[in-house]
Amino acid sequence: MDNQALNDLITDVFPTAEIITEDTQFLNAIIHPDLLRDVACFLKDDDRTKFDFMFCLTCVDYPEHMMMVYHLRSTGLEHEMVLKVKIEDRERAEVETVSDLWRTAEYLEREVYDLFGVRFTNHPDLRRLLLTDDWEGYPLRKDYEDPVNMISL
Amino acid sequence: MAIEWAIIGLVLILFVAISVIILVYVERKVAAFFQLRLGPMRVGKWGMLQTIADFIKLLMKEHIITKKADKFLFNLAPFIIVTASFLAIGAIPFALGLQVMDINIGVFYITAVSSIGVLGILLGGWAGNNKYSMIGALRSGAQVVSYELSITLSLLAMIVLAGSLQLSEIIASQQTGWWIFKGHIPAWIAFTVFVIAGTAETNRGPFDLAEAESELTAGFHTEYSGIKFAMFFLAEYVSLFIIAAVGATVFFGGWLPFHIGHWQVFNAVMDWIPPIVWFFGKVAAIIGLIMWFKWTFPRLRIDQLLILEWKYLLPINLVNLIIVSFIALMGWYL
Amino acid sequence: MTAEVKEQRGIKTQEYFVNMGPQHPSTHGVLRLVLELDGEIIQRVEPHIGYIHRSIEKMCEKDSYRQIVHLTDRMDYLSANMNNEAVCLAVESALEIEVPDRVKVIRTIIAELTRLASHQLWWGVMGMDLGALTAFLYGFRDREMINDIFEETCGARLTMNYNVPGGLMFDIHPNFQRRVKEFIAHFKTKIPEYDQLLSDNVIFRERTEGIGILSKEDAISYGATGPTGRASGFSCDVRKHHPYSAYDRVEFKEILMEKGDSFARYKARILEMWESLHIIEQLIDNIPEGEYQAPTKAVIKLPKGEFYQRVETARGELGVYVVSEGSKSPYRLKFRSPGFSNLFTIDHMARGYKIADLVAMMSTIDLVIPDIDR
Repeated sequence: MDNQALNDLITDVFPTAEIITEDTQFLNAIIHPDLLRDVACFLKDDDRTKFDFMFCLTCVDYPEHMMMVYHLRSTGLEHEMVLKVKIEDRERAEVETVSDLWRTAEYLEREVYDLFGVRFTNHPDLRRLLLTDDWEGYPLRKDYEDPVNMISL
Repeated sequence: MAIEWAIIGLVLILFVAISVIILVYVERKVAAFFQLRLGPMRVGKWGMLQTIADFIKLLMKEHIITKKADKFLFNLAPFIIVTASFLAIGAIPFALGLQVMDINIGVFYITAVSSIGVLGILLGGWAGNNKYSMIGALRSGAQVVSYELSITLSLLAMIVLAGSLQLSEIIASQQTGWWIFKGHIPAWIAFTVFVIAGTAETNRGPFDLAEAESELTAGFHTEYSGIKFAMFFLAEYVSLFIIAAVGATVFFGGWLPFHIGHWQVFNAVMDWIPPIVWFFGKVAAIIGLIMWFKWTFPRLRIDQLLILEWKYLLPINLVNLIIVSFIALMGWYL
Repeated sequence: MTAEVKEQRGIKTQEYFVNMGPQHPSTHGVLRLVLELDGEIIQRVEPHIGYIHRSIEKMCEKDSYRQIVHLTDRMDYLSANMNNEAVCLAVESALEIEVPDRVKVIRTIIAELTRLASHQLWWGVMGMDLGALTAFLYGFRDREMINDIFEETCGARLTMNYNVPGGLMFDIHPNFQRRVKEFIAHFKTKIPEYDQLLSDNVIFRERTEGIGILSKEDAISYGATGPTGRASGFSCDVRKHHPYSAYDRVEFKEILMEKGDSFARYKARILEMWESLHIIEQLIDNIPEGEYQAPTKAVIKLPKGEFYQRVETARGELGVYVVSEGSKSPYRLKFRSPGFSNLFTIDHMARGYKIADLVAMMSTIDLVIPDIDR
């Protein structure tokens, strides 16, 4: 399916999703955190989309909000898109897990929790991955301060 | 009397020490040769003093005993294993009459005494108070006990033909030709099984799971350092020597030279070479073969190892034994 | 952690935990595996990573794009050239710079040589892990030839830094073509030797066939790319699906196997070595003349937006996701590392097998830990 068809399909099923197709490499769909579970299940299971390969899961820390970014690809139908979830509350960032749909998400979400502090509800084992268990703070946030280890030029 | 035995004991200890030094050096050079590199080259000419340097270093190392280790067993284990190896060397015939003890149960004695070594392995693994050493010791214990069977049965096949357990009699029965030639196919089968079981018995080659470096650090001798580790090391090479010596004696005629039928001149030339050179030559050839295995093949997993023994080697051995007994009864080999 | 005590036929058993700690002759780098064992059978494997986490992604937020290229070769140091290429391609596609043909062809040749070097090292280490210690030295002997070629042309043996945004750092050495041709002729006689030593060896086959099966659906779900995924039938070769550099003009096969066991992963890499040789052969005589660098500004600033660039490293799909706000450093740079996704299939694959099998599986996944930890 090309971008236009995907655009139509998604806005049909989820009218509140914001779709951007110009000036971007892939089709971007920005949704509210509460919708994540439904959208993810739809994108994975529906026969017209069948996004079974998640090749990138990350988070971007903006000044006012946090954006979870999921890159999806369909191995059968060979189309790709980016699913973005805009989390408004930076202090108590929480979103549903998708680790039961795409098994790779289990560890990628742990990494996001470790470095950004986004909590994933219903995650089977949410704890720090790369840093030591007693580390305080979330280093990849823009407001992370570490006067001992970080050198500012 | 006592002085004579003391001298013999000293000679034996010296012999074992020198042979281990040479064997370790040879192993490193053979390994290097297979791996397209040079091996030890710096200590002494062509690295010949390398092993001596290593043993001096090991002598000077600190004895580290882990906190909760069982001290008595920890210290006892290396001694058991070394004692077992020394006891076996005493019965091997190096040349006509050059044998410490020519007992009438020669082969039986050697296999019995070598199996004391397994106690050393199990105790060493247990006493270290370390999960890895215990796993290594259990694996090794199972392996050694299983393969003893194969060694004994394959030797038995030749003993049935030779008619005696005494080592000097076995050599005497090979004057008309080595058993490997006179025994034809059963002897080849027995020899193949003997070599495979021999490498497994000494925890070498493709069967060295007990000390598998890439899996469990160093297996049952993980916790040992200094001279105790050197003793385990020494015992491994001495058992290698024993296996090769027994194989050379039973299958290849011990110190007998190689004669071909009625070729007088050839036989005369062969006789001119002293018997002890023949003996060490044959032992060296078998050791070379066993070393070749180690540096070529990947390792077998423990259950594959045990399956090899119990499902393949043991039935082959038994069938071989029956065939050989039948041949001996019929008197066909004479 | 405690495991429950189970009662079975009147005998109480309890599982025990063994730590294959960060320093270990087998795991290729600092990786800690906590194994829950029942005797010799593995019940669960839990990898603990982060021992070599150097916060590369955070550093990239302060560095310029030219500096980021130098950080990338420390990630998966065995595919250093391909990591550099990923960032350079991302910058070039964002700025819409058209690099000369000469650059594309040379980049492809260097990438394939790097892939060969990485697979040679993998083969040697695989042999060593399974006990065939000689294999290690044979693999390194052949790898030395590639390292020497790189030393002459790029200036370094491991962290090459030959690609820059816009092209190459300097032109190839005059000896390059001759030496690569000599290497190809030499190596073509060596792969059959590798097959003789390991692939056709009964002991090796017994230890890898049927061990650690990863089905195609699981490979897709875990995101296992590269030869690990392709051995399970998951067609994910970036060089075929999203061609970059000169991959659209060469002919090569994508190696797909069906069984998904350790032997399939092993065989996939051996066959990939043949394909790499084939690609280099097609290109080495036809390097177009031209410039080795397209003109770029001194200070590179990417336009505002997001860009995702993927390359096929020796381990799988490396993705570079750049979020730029228009300044000279990225706002966020994420490396989608292939090793990260490949590693976490180990728990799924290893259950029910023995410790010795775990070692075989780990070597077939071909992990480089700095790639996972970044």
